[in-house]
Order: sequence, then structure tokens, then C-alpha cells
Amino acid sequence: MRGGGGGREEFGLSVRRVPRSHLQRAFFQAWLNEKFAPELLESKPEIIECVVEQLDHMEANLKRAKRGDLKVSIHRMEIERIRYVLSSYLRCRLVKIEKFFPHVLEKEKSRAEGEPSILSPEEFAFAKEYMANTEIYLKNVALKHMPPNLQKVSLLKSVPRPNLDSFVFLRVLERQENILVEPETDEQREYTIDLEEGSQHLIRYKTIAPLVASGAVQLI
Amino acid sequence: YVYRTSHICPVLQAEGLRQALEEMRTLYDRNQADVSEAKSGRTDLIFLIRFRHCCLLRNQRCILAYLYDRLLRIRALRWEYGSVLPNTIQFHMSAEEVEWFSRYKKSLATYMRSVGGEEGLDLTQDIKPPKSLYIEVRCLRDYGEFEIDDGTTILLKKNSQHFLPRWKCEQLIRQGVLEHILS
Repeated sequence: MRGGGGGREEFGLSVRRVPRSHLQRAFFQAWLNEKFAPELLESKPEIIECVVEQLDHMEANLKRAKRGDLKVSIHRMEIERIRYVLSSYLRCRLVKIEKFFPHVLEKEKSRAEGEPSILSPEEFAFAKEYMANTEIYLKNVALKHMPPNLQKVSLLKSVPRPNLDSFVFLRVLERQENILVEPETDEQREYTIDLEEGSQHLIRYKTIAPLVASGAVQLI
Repeated sequence: YVYRTSHICPVLQAEGLRQALEEMRTLYDRNQADVSEAKSGRTDLIFLIRFRHCCLLRNQRCILAYLYDRLLRIRALRWEYGSVLPNTIQFHMSAEEVEWFSRYKKSLATYMRSVGGEEGLDLTQDIKPPKSLYIEVRCLRDYGEFEIDDGTTILLKKNSQHFLPRWKCEQLIRQGVLEHILS
């Protein structure tokens, strides 16, 4: 199932075989999107699982290699690079989860059946623990010493939401037509634009959020 | 060094907190008294009651903002210093904050173990993109024995210099044990 030595290497789960080049591209795309999007994006468990498998596979190969072989250094460098991107991606998500924890949990709770999840099961557990930990702390240190009518506070209202109006740079991967752009000031009116493949834009995240999710645009 | 740690996480102003909570209690009690008066006819008190309520809400907001901001700094400590905090910093934290930190790092450890294969993935490493495989480091203080990948151990004594794998040194550099020598 898994290619080892020479020739084209393929890595994948038992059901899908994903060529390595596709995996790397999808993985880097997911990483950049997550880095530049103001909100937490859909979780990509399939990509992560494949990348982790790839790393394990490469590590195993390295252990078998002869010491002092030039290939060892090159492969080690590759492993380091992939591991950096993986760590960066997961860290970026954790930072957003912690920053927007009530909203992230609320969104997950009110998710419709069949809609993709923004949290992996492990991230969900982490988010719940973070919320519980913080709630218990605030209750014990401050809230329970306050007058009875002020002992509850809505974290959903107090913790700021992600700013979906922030501007992002993007590159268009698939041509899009008639994207509705909302006016920024009262004098402007809403208008539509077409996004040509390969073009780059600076635009409000909210306008193109669904296109990021579908893979039609890439944040840069 | 003490100044630096104060800057990151100053001593919890327990007295200030206590006073703010005390003030809230006083305002509330006064409001309770006036509400009964207002109910029995003294409607001129309503404005004062509302004003006190606004003060109460403001106090609540300030207290929670202060405590929450401290939590964020303590959270940052886990990522900067690792899971064992130096005593000087812990000294500035309240018992409840130490407990929050302990629960946070446990939760984080559980998460990190669950990603990245059998051994998990330490997300507090690899903070910067890798530039080179090996780096030159100088030991800033006596640390003792340090094992690297192929089983060999190195003795880290103060002022000794070594050429070590970058990924092994990251944590020690952040803790101030090693110093990356940039040529």
C-alpha cells in the first residue's frame, strides 16, 4: 500500500490514495488559510492524519539509513520543515480556539447535521476544558463574592468575537462570478465583482469566507 | 530578572480586588435598602439606584477584565517557559491561578499527545521555521548531562560550546540554559 524506496511515493489511508504532491499542496494551503483567516476554519483531519503518517514514515526510513549518508541530512531537513508547518498550523488553531472559546463552542454546538466541523474531537475536548477551567476560576475568585444578581456572566457576550470585517489578501484559484461586495460607507452602494483565476485581491474576509472554505481562493 | 518577571506577571493585587468586591457589596446593600424605599413611594431614589447599578456593573467588568488578562499572561508563560515555572514567577501568582495553570497545562498535554502519531507532537517546539539542522550553542549555566538522538550524552557546563541539533536545543535556549551563537 505504501511506496517505500524509489519511484513515485504515495501516502494515504487505506481507502484513499493521495499522491504526495497533492497532499503537500493541500496541507500548505490549509496552513496559509488558517494563518491569515481571522476566524477558526474547518478542521482538516484527513490532511493532518496523512501528514503525520508521512512524518512517521520518513522518521522510520531515517532510522534505517546509514549514518553519514548525505540523504540523511536532506531528509532530516525535510522532516523538520514539515514538522514546523504542522506545529504552526495546529498552534494557530489553538490560539484561535483559546481567543474565541465561547464562540467556537457555540458554533460547534449549533452546527447542523452534515455540516463540516470546525473542531476536531481533540480540539473540542480542549476547548471545553479551557472554558470550564476559566469559568471555575472566575467564579471562585470573583463572581461568587459578588452580589447575588451579578454572579453570572455571559462569556459569550464578554469575550470578543473574531473580526470578520478584517481585510485579507487572496489569490483566486477558481474563477468566480458575481461576488456581492457590501458597501463600507453609507455613500457607497453594494456592487458585484468577478474574480479572475490567478488574480490577487485585498478584500474583506466576510465577503469571501465561503470561497476559502470551498477552496476557490487561497489566502496569502 | 525580577523586573522582567514582574513585567510579565506582576503580583496579584489581592488587596485591590478585595476592596473592589467590598465596594460592590456596599453599593448593593445600599441599593437593596433604597429599592424598598422606592417601592413604598420614594421614586426620586430610582435614579440613584440605577447609578449604583451601573457602578456595580462597571466594577464587575473591571474585576473580570483584570483577572482574565492575568490568565492570558499566565497562559503565555506555559508557551514561553515550559511546564515548570520558576519560583520567582509562581510567587507572584495566587493559589487559584497556579491551579488554573496546572489544569491548563494538563489539558494542553492531553491535546498534544493526541496529535502527531504515537508520541504526540510538542507544539511548544518548532516555533520558528528551521534554518539549519545544527547550531552552535554556548552553555550559560551548569545544566548537567544532556542526551541527543543517537544516544550520546553531552555534559553541559557553564561556558562550554557545542554543535548540536537545533530541534533538541530549542527548549533549553528558551529557558536560558543555552545561547545560540550567531556567527
